[in-house]
Amino acid sequence: MSASPRRAERPIHPLVVRITHWVNALAMLMMITSGWRIYNASPIFGDWAFPKAITLGGWLGGALQWHFAAMWLLVANASVYLTYGLASGHLRRRLTPLRPAEIGRDLVAALTFRLPHRPGVYNAVQRLLYVAVLLAGFVAVLSGLAIWKPVQFAPLTVLMGGYDQGRIVHFLAMAGITAFVGVHLALVLLVPRTLPAMIVGRDIRLGPKAG
Amino acid sequence: MKLFDRARPFVPTRDQTRLARPDRRLFLRGGLVAAGGLALGGCDLSDNARTESVLSGFSRLNDRLQAALFDSQRLAPTFGVSDITPDFPFNAYYPASRIRVIDGASWRLELAGLVADRAPWTLDRLRALPQEGQITRHVCVEGWSAIGQWSGVLFRTFLERIGADLTARYVRFDCGDDYWTSIDMPSALHPQTILALDYAGAPLPPKYGFPVKLRIPTKLGFKNPKHIMAITVTNDYPGGYWEDQGYNWFSGL
Repeated sequence: MSASPRRAERPIHPLVVRITHWVNALAMLMMITSGWRIYNASPIFGDWAFPKAITLGGWLGGALQWHFAAMWLLVANASVYLTYGLASGHLRRRLTPLRPAEIGRDLVAALTFRLPHRPGVYNAVQRLLYVAVLLAGFVAVLSGLAIWKPVQFAPLTVLMGGYDQGRIVHFLAMAGITAFVGVHLALVLLVPRTLPAMIVGRDIRLGPKAG
Repeated sequence: MKLFDRARPFVPTRDQTRLARPDRRLFLRGGLVAAGGLALGGCDLSDNARTESVLSGFSRLNDRLQAALFDSQRLAPTFGVSDITPDFPFNAYYPASRIRVIDGASWRLELAGLVADRAPWTLDRLRALPQEGQITRHVCVEGWSAIGQWSGVLFRTFLERIGADLTARYVRFDCGDDYWTSIDMPSALHPQTILALDYAGAPLPPKYGFPVKLRIPTKLGFKNPKHIMAITVTNDYPGGYWEDQGYNWFSGL
């Protein structure tokens, strides 16, 4: 099947997805690094704290200001992304179906470096990871609201198992998102042509053109 | 024993109250200046004052959001005697060695601002008013929390008794430990906001704020001032010790 020029112009990632992806990357970076400084003010796990050099805010008050400012960016951006993704069918097309057999097959292929990358098409492992990180983000927002407003949103705090447990849930959601970012960045390094696709929307081949 | 923030100096200088200075360097190191400018509406992250101004703008926006979220009838969760945290933490901007010891016999609660009867109050007079008790969770801005038992005078009753203008915007508290803070009137009138005289059924020990502290379970711990010496009802924004350094003013729970 030969692609027409018009069809070749169709972006791998729609413009809305590209913009919200990078705004989200910035918002997440601010939320996570300021969150680390907030964690350090009263560590949950013994005396273990994040190295100050990788935290944002300087002191607790500054970190809280960054956290509760970036919160607006994160939520506004996520609202645009989710509204677009649900209304356009983008989320359904890209992230479903999730079938265990396909996930198992693609996971084995990925771990043995035999999983081909097809631009704009997510394999089953990618779909699982993207759905998982969206869920982790959802849990991070819910647990964050639960520990920010344990009186006004008391039922949400109860849902998290109480105030102190809510802090742990919030931490674990952050840990899940951070782990995802680690895998995500490693895969971009392994398949670098995915990077321009998320910036300009098209697949840019570096080096001499074939044909 | 937990101090407020061990990393903070005892008395911050004006320069130290400027936020985000170390972070600007971190941000530059991260190479995110362009992206930051894009996301923060073109603000230049190399301009420290501009960053602070954007951040405090969001903090004021969050004051308004929290005032809107605040439900004057919603009660903070209450607990049983068995839930009380053993050895409730002492907590202030100074170490335990500097806890103020105030003489209850000579102590007078001064009143100022939009108040009809400004006659100072003695401890005996406060004890003569109806007393209310609560076992609630104290949530520190640092993230830790502890459950304690306080009792004293319902603050709404006190404000009504002194003829305070209940339509005023703020109530300011000046304390015997050179601390001060302020709260919004709707939170001051909340049914769980009390002028606490007792902790666990006995007069407040100095470390918990003798002779009077504000117990307000709908706000973070630093909005619960100890050793209260003066109360002012006002429409002029009073700020606070921590609030002026960058902690969010409303700090509702």
